[in-house]
Amino acid sequence: MSKVKDIIQNKETIIIKGNVAAAYAAKSARVQMISAYPITPQTTVVEKLSEFVDGGLMPGTQYIRVESEHSVMASVIGASIAGTRTFTATSGQGLFYMNEMIHWAAGTRLPIVTAIASRGAAPPWNIWADFTDVINSRDTGWMSAFCATHQEIYDEILMSYKVCEDHEVLLPKFVAYGGFILSHTSKPVIIEDQDLVDQYLPPLPDEKGWPHIFIDPDRPMMHGNLIMPSGFYSEFRLKIQDTIMKAKEKIKKATKEFERLFGRNYGNGLIKEYYMDDADVGIVIYGDLALQMEQAIEDLREEGYKVGMVKLRYYRPFPTEDIIEIAKKVDVLGVMDRGTAFGSPTGGPVSGDVLASLYNTGIKTKVLPMMSGIGGREVSLEQQKDQIKILIRLKETGELPDDLIHGTLWHGKLEVK
Amino acid sequence: MVTIKETLNEACEEYFLPGNSCCSGCGLELALRWAMKALGPKTALVTPASCLNVVIGLWPKTAPNFPFINMAFAAGASAATGFDAAFKAKAYRFPNKDWDKITTLVFAGDGGTTDIGIQALSGAAERNSNILYVCYDNEAYMNTGIQRSSSTPHSAITTTTPFGKKRYKKDLPRIMEAHEIPYVATCSISEPLDLYEKFKKAKDIKGCRYIHILAPCPPGWGYPAEDTIEMARMAIKSGLWILYEVENGIKTISKPSKRFLDPIKRLPLIEYLSKQKRFRAVSEKQLITLQERIEKRWKRIEADLEAQKQ
Amino acid sequence: MSESSEWKKISKSKEERPKIQVYKNWKELPPIPISLPIEGNIGITGDWRTFRPLILAGCNKCGICWMYCPEGVIKQREDGSFIIDYTYCKGCGICAKECPTKNIEMIRESEAKDE
Repeated sequence: MSKVKDIIQNKETIIIKGNVAAAYAAKSARVQMISAYPITPQTTVVEKLSEFVDGGLMPGTQYIRVESEHSVMASVIGASIAGTRTFTATSGQGLFYMNEMIHWAAGTRLPIVTAIASRGAAPPWNIWADFTDVINSRDTGWMSAFCATHQEIYDEILMSYKVCEDHEVLLPKFVAYGGFILSHTSKPVIIEDQDLVDQYLPPLPDEKGWPHIFIDPDRPMMHGNLIMPSGFYSEFRLKIQDTIMKAKEKIKKATKEFERLFGRNYGNGLIKEYYMDDADVGIVIYGDLALQMEQAIEDLREEGYKVGMVKLRYYRPFPTEDIIEIAKKVDVLGVMDRGTAFGSPTGGPVSGDVLASLYNTGIKTKVLPMMSGIGGREVSLEQQKDQIKILIRLKETGELPDDLIHGTLWHGKLEVK
Repeated sequence: MVTIKETLNEACEEYFLPGNSCCSGCGLELALRWAMKALGPKTALVTPASCLNVVIGLWPKTAPNFPFINMAFAAGASAATGFDAAFKAKAYRFPNKDWDKITTLVFAGDGGTTDIGIQALSGAAERNSNILYVCYDNEAYMNTGIQRSSSTPHSAITTTTPFGKKRYKKDLPRIMEAHEIPYVATCSISEPLDLYEKFKKAKDIKGCRYIHILAPCPPGWGYPAEDTIEMARMAIKSGLWILYEVENGIKTISKPSKRFLDPIKRLPLIEYLSKQKRFRAVSEKQLITLQERIEKRWKRIEADLEAQKQ
Repeated sequence: MSESSEWKKISKSKEERPKIQVYKNWKELPPIPISLPIEGNIGITGDWRTFRPLILAGCNKCGICWMYCPEGVIKQREDGSFIIDYTYCKGCGICAKECPTKNIEMIRESEAKDE
């Protein structure tokens, strides 16, 4: 067999934008098929990848320039069914447009990884950091994780392939990060040595393809036909729920293995605790705001307050057990959302899930749903300290803030004098 | 032109196994049967939501004896592009194993092609994706119970046009010609050998190929099942359905349609329309307009052929 | 994923995999429903017929009935003559209509003698 030209990458630290880090991760993961459609703020991901592919740095990789996001996901699904490792990226409206195919990918149990440079939902147009787009797809069967740093974008995409392609998982995954705040700012990112990445990731699918679906003229099979209500349709759907919940253990294992090989710690994979062990007041937060909140927690600790924070890494599957354990530690738990779930009990997706997790456990912790940063609104360090102080006040006096809106604190509302 | 004896020798295997839920006398089934005879078992078929999606049976059994993937309605051509990309990626990693010799075939209905699937098809054609896109045209959304599509002809009665369709049929082969893809062809199930040859030719061409097949539907058009071939034949004889190929921009009329360049040889349209219940409300005025439109279409084809000579 | 690894047989070769998959409960199911090709997947479609085609003695073996049968149930014998598989023939009547020498007759199922 002739020797095929291969991807070369030596470990290096380069100052790159978050989007470019995502492109480097797809390159390190040796993806075989990329489907591209531009949408702000994700566009640089696919631009960088086209440089890699057309520049010969990813030999054998196919790069398809499609005509809409629906076709992006359809072509990625097609390529994945035929037995290749696939990658794509999108944002906001694009993610909403491909919604039908998102369901299809999860229902076909394809290990697709998609980078989402999250942006707010239109109308009105808003292209800045807001996780409503990923949250909108939370019930589809896709796993989803939020990134707080540029390095985390690169690392999380690698960890995603390890989890998704496990033969006992086989589910697609979103890797979401704030539009513009992470996608377009530059920080040093360590791009790992290709040999080390190859050790970590599962090998590319071989000629036989995935174990559950394949295109092989010697083994003809058909997928996608009808199942009657009296048939096993609901049991097949039950399997998706069962698998995504069992994936929590796989995520923890993959994160531990990552730390062992590459030396970077990401908590237990699902959450990362910060100063929670002796805290009275805690906050659950996700995305880039979690990084800044670490500074706020440190500053308040210096002032003598016993506060802590939990960075929520995975939204689906929801880390119910971990949330229960951390709620036991504190008297007051704030949940800071950066995405909307209209009509839900709290208006915020994660706060609703936290409340649901704690019910029936007998835990008496007060939970305050909070919302900030919608549509990419800047949240300053001072504002975050103020948010924690509100929680501290709640613990000390039992008083809820008086400007709650339907039970949720929308912090940082604009007031024009 | 290949003969029946030759196809009996070289293409007697059936890839679409009998005992499926196609209607008795189904035009689509005959089209697929002959397409697969020409393409062979090294074919990966994608079909968006359509009759074909459903006639292949209920889980865990199916009719096609070759790789077959059902896909969402608007995603036919895009999913096929994905297949093609994956075969190329596989051929790079596993050379000399003919992974990129697999024909990627899309078998879509007229609804999934001219309406909801047109964006994906246009995109695939513009990219010149290496796919063979086949539209089997039964001239309505038959799977969901005979609703009108943009491929339904004028005056046809469907469940969403109970007094006859007011707009004309979308000429999709001409739209595909405008995309300047390597191969565009029209076929009919009344000429299976012509269909067989066109598919054999298309199989060996690289790039985006488009074939449009007229596939009459007994319940949808309103005629007894035994007349399926006769309906398709009359469509050609009346000059309504024109068999032609456009290879790299050069148009040729196929043999079964050649003699209908002469208007005298054409069957009067009323003979075709009167045999189908869906045309029971055609008025005299509409009939004249439709007949004129056939004349106009042929004149346009003549002009194309003239322009080519220069 | 699945308590039974039975489902993994579907990725085996055509000869080794089961013709029809049987699963008892949700734990045994594969991740997604995959269907395998089999003749008569919806049942004995021969039951659909009201009339059945009969090839008469005057048949000149032109093969036009074989060409036009949508179901593909007309097969050629060694001696060049044609035989219809009545297990799956749906009785559409296309073969009788298209036979150029009118040597296929449609007779009522109830009057047909089982061959």
